[in-house]
Amino acid sequence: MRWLWVLILLLPSLATAYEAQPLAADPQVEARLKVLAVELRCLVCQNQTLADSNAPLAEDLRREVREMIAKGMSDREIIDFLVARYGDFVLYRPPWKLTTTLLWVGPFLLLGAGATGLVFALRRRQKKITDVTLSEAEHNRVAKLLSEGAHRP
Amino acid sequence: MIPEIGHYALILALCVAVVQGTLPIYGAAVRDSSLMAIAKPAARAQFLLVLLAFCCLGYAFAVKDFSVLYVAATSNSQLPLHYRLAAIWGAHEGSLLLWMFILSIWMVAVSFLSTHLPEAMRARILGVMGLVSVGFLLFMLTVSNPFERLIPAALDGRDLNPLLQDPGMVIHPPMLYMGYVGFSVAFSFAIAALLGGTLDAAWARWSRPWTTVAWCFMTVGVAMGSGWAYYELGWGGWWFWDPVENASFMPWLAGTALMHSLAVTDKRGSFKAWSVLLAIMAFSLSLLGTFLVRSGVLTSVHAFATDPKRGLFILVFLAIVIGGSLVLYAWRAPRVGLGGGFAIISREGMLLANNVLLVAALGSVLLGTLYPLFLDALDLGKISVGPPYFDTVFLPLMTPAIFLMGIGPLAQWKQASLPALAIRLRWAFGVSLVTAVVVPWLMGQWTPLVSLGLLLAFWILATIVVDLRERLLQAEGGGSIGGRIALLPRAYWGMVLAHAGVALFIVGVTMVKGFEVEQDVRMNVGETATLGGYTFRFDGTQQVNGPNYVAARGTIHVSQGGKEVTIMYPEKRRYFVQNQTMTEAAISPGLLRDLYVSLGEPLEGGAWSVRLYHKPFIDWIWGGCLIMASGGILAVSDRRYRLAWRRKEASVPAAAQMARPTVS
Amino acid sequence: MNRFLIPFGLFIVVVGFLAVGLTLNPRELPSPLVGKMAPEFSLPQLHDQEKVISSNDLKGQVWLLNFWASWCGGCKDEHPVLIRLAQSGAVPIYGMDYKDERREALAWLKEWGNPYSIVAVDQLGRVGINFGVYGVPETYVIDKAGVIRYKQIGPLREDILEKKILPLVKELQNQ
Repeated sequence: MRWLWVLILLLPSLATAYEAQPLAADPQVEARLKVLAVELRCLVCQNQTLADSNAPLAEDLRREVREMIAKGMSDREIIDFLVARYGDFVLYRPPWKLTTTLLWVGPFLLLGAGATGLVFALRRRQKKITDVTLSEAEHNRVAKLLSEGAHRP
Repeated sequence: MIPEIGHYALILALCVAVVQGTLPIYGAAVRDSSLMAIAKPAARAQFLLVLLAFCCLGYAFAVKDFSVLYVAATSNSQLPLHYRLAAIWGAHEGSLLLWMFILSIWMVAVSFLSTHLPEAMRARILGVMGLVSVGFLLFMLTVSNPFERLIPAALDGRDLNPLLQDPGMVIHPPMLYMGYVGFSVAFSFAIAALLGGTLDAAWARWSRPWTTVAWCFMTVGVAMGSGWAYYELGWGGWWFWDPVENASFMPWLAGTALMHSLAVTDKRGSFKAWSVLLAIMAFSLSLLGTFLVRSGVLTSVHAFATDPKRGLFILVFLAIVIGGSLVLYAWRAPRVGLGGGFAIISREGMLLANNVLLVAALGSVLLGTLYPLFLDALDLGKISVGPPYFDTVFLPLMTPAIFLMGIGPLAQWKQASLPALAIRLRWAFGVSLVTAVVVPWLMGQWTPLVSLGLLLAFWILATIVVDLRERLLQAEGGGSIGGRIALLPRAYWGMVLAHAGVALFIVGVTMVKGFEVEQDVRMNVGETATLGGYTFRFDGTQQVNGPNYVAARGTIHVSQGGKEVTIMYPEKRRYFVQNQTMTEAAISPGLLRDLYVSLGEPLEGGAWSVRLYHKPFIDWIWGGCLIMASGGILAVSDRRYRLAWRRKEASVPAAAQMARPTVS
Repeated sequence: MNRFLIPFGLFIVVVGFLAVGLTLNPRELPSPLVGKMAPEFSLPQLHDQEKVISSNDLKGQVWLLNFWASWCGGCKDEHPVLIRLAQSGAVPIYGMDYKDERREALAWLKEWGNPYSIVAVDQLGRVGINFGVYGVPETYVIDKAGVIRYKQIGPLREDILEKKILPLVKELQNQ
């Protein structure tokens, strides 16, 4: 009878034996790694993220980041760790610094300049252009010309 | 022998180009008809010569002539024929020949389709295009000769990069180059107008179809590049804001702005100088893109092998062409008249606001792309600017532009009233808002960005419906809907289609970014994984031999609710010659979702690490782009262009008589 | 006339930057660690696995730390330079065998010569990451207090040695 109990106890594990296991040891750590790795640069690749690269250094760095996450370091601390060793180059989101102010503010400056320029140009143009108003006789002449044109072959 | 013929053809083409670039322009300045008449036959001769050179290179690839250095570097005896031919543009030298070939195609098209233009204008346009081709031919013949010999000949070639051995390689570069080079036509129109000193609304009317067609090709080219990256690179990404991708996106933005600005110039005769500047900008960005890809100043997966000599040549060429154009602009543009007036709140005003937003977006992309270079040049450190920057900056700039897309077509020319517009659009706004809030909530995950994206997309579609309804009600087609629809010009339908394409594109981007899911699993034979409601069963791999590679092909059965949906075959290929391993993802495309599977690494016991993706609505991204492009084609087939083309045949004798010099 | 020249002006600025860009290498990454304390390490030695070499042992002298591997092509190129430098005795060179196989590394040194006073083994590349290494070979000049003074990315060449490294070493040794 004992073998029947063993079989019954084993059945659930048999059912899940066909379910694929996640590749990563710890899915939660992996999820955090993904979010971070997408913003980090693979240093030896031709413009790829740490998440997408298969380079050996990228794998090493992913391993380091995983360990840092497992140790409970915050995202900020992990980023600081990497920047201390590799510089700002490793970040795909340029940090806010004196040297990058123009970068972050530039687009909105451009927009502001463009919008101002457009409004000024339109105002200046309105002052210079005066619409010609047609007289009654000229209106009739226009109507005549238009009706003539409709009959032309 | 054949490569030498090709080489000689290029030298001859250079001579023709020099003649084409100088005499007609001089002839236009002194009103000498015989000099101006050189332009057309010169353009056609150049086309034939470059075609000959192109065919010679193609022949060298087809017969596997490894005594040609370029063929030896990019081809291989085991490479199938269609890829051997696509390898013509697989690396730097050959892609320049493709550029030149497409330029000659556009030149010959202009020579045939421009008989309604004044003689001087046509002479100048073809002359400017001739000058551009001088630059490219000179570049090829000095530092980038595709016909250079390799003595002694190689026994076998180094093979085309496996990433490029793909159908996408056959179509994407030609499409893209048709766009890049097509903007040279708009550029030539602009320069011709500046040279001639007469810049009027007619110029805008002539320029529009050429600009639109170039824009259509550019749209298809960029979309194809994105689609190709999606299925080729193996991790399901479709846009990375990579410098080379940006190099193709910036001319597209400029081209879009130009199309809209030309509408204002055509209608009102105003903002001519701005349209000219945009035309110069669009082509300048094409040339800048050529520089960025080949000079090595920026790092990119797409960059060609780089050589500082080549970079210097292109930079000097760039400086001369664009610098010259901008000096000409600064000299001639102030004299251009102002054209008709209009209020700030009007269709013209909104089209120009669209321009401001597009150019600001363009400027931001340029800033982000070049900023690392700026800082490095000033010795202020090395930074990277990637997707997080571009996504953060691009969205706030594009959102108002898309709102304008809904309002612009409804606004009256010359003067519109905001309150009246608001009343006409209130239902459209309400419907879009409600749908945008409700749909994500129904799909189980509500985020503000997803709602914003859907709001923008539904806004475009709802405003199209409102506009269409108004026009159909107002049209005098004699009562029947069919009649009224027929009365609306094709240009209008083109705009509707193109804008709808944008809406579909936005839906695709929003849904994919908001709702895509992925799983990284280790799969033993027989194991299953579930994702997005689908069940994936891994049935092991088998070895498959390709023409120049060996692959491990996995079989994955996909079912939904117990019913089998499809079988997917992802591969891991090893190409012999370059000994490179490549992942060939398996994609099951669908209207509402893509299933994407790629093999990772083999593990013990026949198991593999597999990455599974469920990407909802992703094909709407490229579908939207194709619809945009077809809207452009529809607009170009409008009656007014077909009539103009037909009318030219009747009026040619009269025009020819007028153009002949009256002095004996 | 003035405002119409703005596009041209902007263009000239951009061309200027692009021209400078042609002389730069966008893939070279200068180290943020220059001027900072060298990361501490304590690793087994290549030739005697029982012994440990630690960065603390090396304080009080100026020394070169050279990251290399038997699988690295550039290391072969720079090796004769290192051998000559070691023979001159100007400055001690310590090697860091980066992500390598012990057997291969020993065989490599036997074949091409051993310029290193001691070789440490960085099997997993962790010390490399701490030093900000992203490829081999890379060489650091470290002073008596243990501060990194210079980083050479890529193979050492005679001219760099003459012009930059040896003068720096002399200056640091006199401090």
